[in-house]
Amino acid sequence: MPLFDSLYNFAQWLTHDREEAEDLVQETYSKALKGFPSFQQGTNFRAWMYRILRNTFLTSRTGLKSSMTVSLDSEEGESVQPTTMETPESLLLDRGNRQMVQQAIEELPLIFREVILLCDVEEMSYQEIAETISIPVGTVMSRLARARNALRVGLTRKMQGD
Amino acid sequence: MACDLWRDKIAAYADAELPSEEMRAMAGHLRGCASCTADLLGRVQLKRAVANAGNRFTPSIDLRERIQKGLPPKEKSFSPWAWMPKLAVAAAFMAIAFLLFREWPVGRQGQTFAELADLHVATLASANPVDVVSSDRHTVKPWFQGKLPFTFNLPELAGTPFTLEGGRVSYLGQAPGAQLIFRIAKHRISVFIFQDRPAFRFSPGDSRSRRATFNVETWAEQDLRYIFMGDADPSDVHKLSELLKAVTRP
Repeated sequence: MPLFDSLYNFAQWLTHDREEAEDLVQETYSKALKGFPSFQQGTNFRAWMYRILRNTFLTSRTGLKSSMTVSLDSEEGESVQPTTMETPESLLLDRGNRQMVQQAIEELPLIFREVILLCDVEEMSYQEIAETISIPVGTVMSRLARARNALRVGLTRKMQGD
Repeated sequence: MACDLWRDKIAAYADAELPSEEMRAMAGHLRGCASCTADLLGRVQLKRAVANAGNRFTPSIDLRERIQKGLPPKEKSFSPWAWMPKLAVAAAFMAIAFLLFREWPVGRQGQTFAELADLHVATLASANPVDVVSSDRHTVKPWFQGKLPFTFNLPELAGTPFTLEGGRVSYLGQAPGAQLIFRIAKHRISVFIFQDRPAFRFSPGDSRSRRATFNVETWAEQDLRYIFMGDADPSDVHKLSELLKAVTRP
């Protein structure tokens, strides 16, 4: 059951709570089993499962509290900031500070956290992410750019606080 | 095209999301632009850091067992016909399990490839990509003596389109290995040689694929894992692989 580990990992990143994550994953499988006849063969099964998990989370009390804390205005026009040789990420990698990256991801608003985790941890394509969180591919790209910029800012702040 | 225009596409390039034509064009630009290459390196490093940090939480065995039983959560009532929906649930569960195994991408294996892609990109972006600079296999191979817990053979390249540029010691999963750089035309191919380990999650046989825009080929022989990675044509990567294979396989 390989997808199980990834779904659980994603669930705990969303909920920040072990018990809630367990309930969320269990409910996801339960809904998937009940709704399996509605799954269209040939469409993306992974995106379908993650969409169930995400929608279930968003309708939970924790999900309602943590969603939509960032303005979604002008997502399409996000500029892409270039990185430099002295990037926080290269410094972090040098130091091997995994915990600091985890804290910086944790502090991201939900809409940034989910998109960056789906892309970089779950290795989903832009199209898969678009299907999972039900937004256009262009919005996935701009939201990813904003998420990564926010992560860089967070990492830089953490390193300056060293 | 000015760098500003390329820069808008670097994120999509790092995510392997550009159309193949643009991927090739971007790779060509990166070979001649240190600034964009440094930008790309930063983005790849951030992706890598997130990938490493993001795999954080492990589900309990208890949760796995509960779900594997296919029991819906918090269902406590019992009816004499309870076995019927459970049978349907079990059938649906089997179908889902089948889909999971069929469609599941090589996620963890993908991470190994991502690490190798990082090493390849970082090496090419470096001012000193190799520690032993020589096109002579009799110079490069002995340089690794005492640095690696294994040895390997290098082919004679005279009469082939390939040139050996040199090598360096590289690390994958904290284990040392060789990274050799070969050139064909203007393309450079990294050949990684590591002691094969199950943790790498490679398939047992030979495999050829395209990862993060790079053409990749890998196979194992005599407990060593050979991985070929570069932006050269897949047939060129394969030719180089065959040359190495010819001097490796008994």
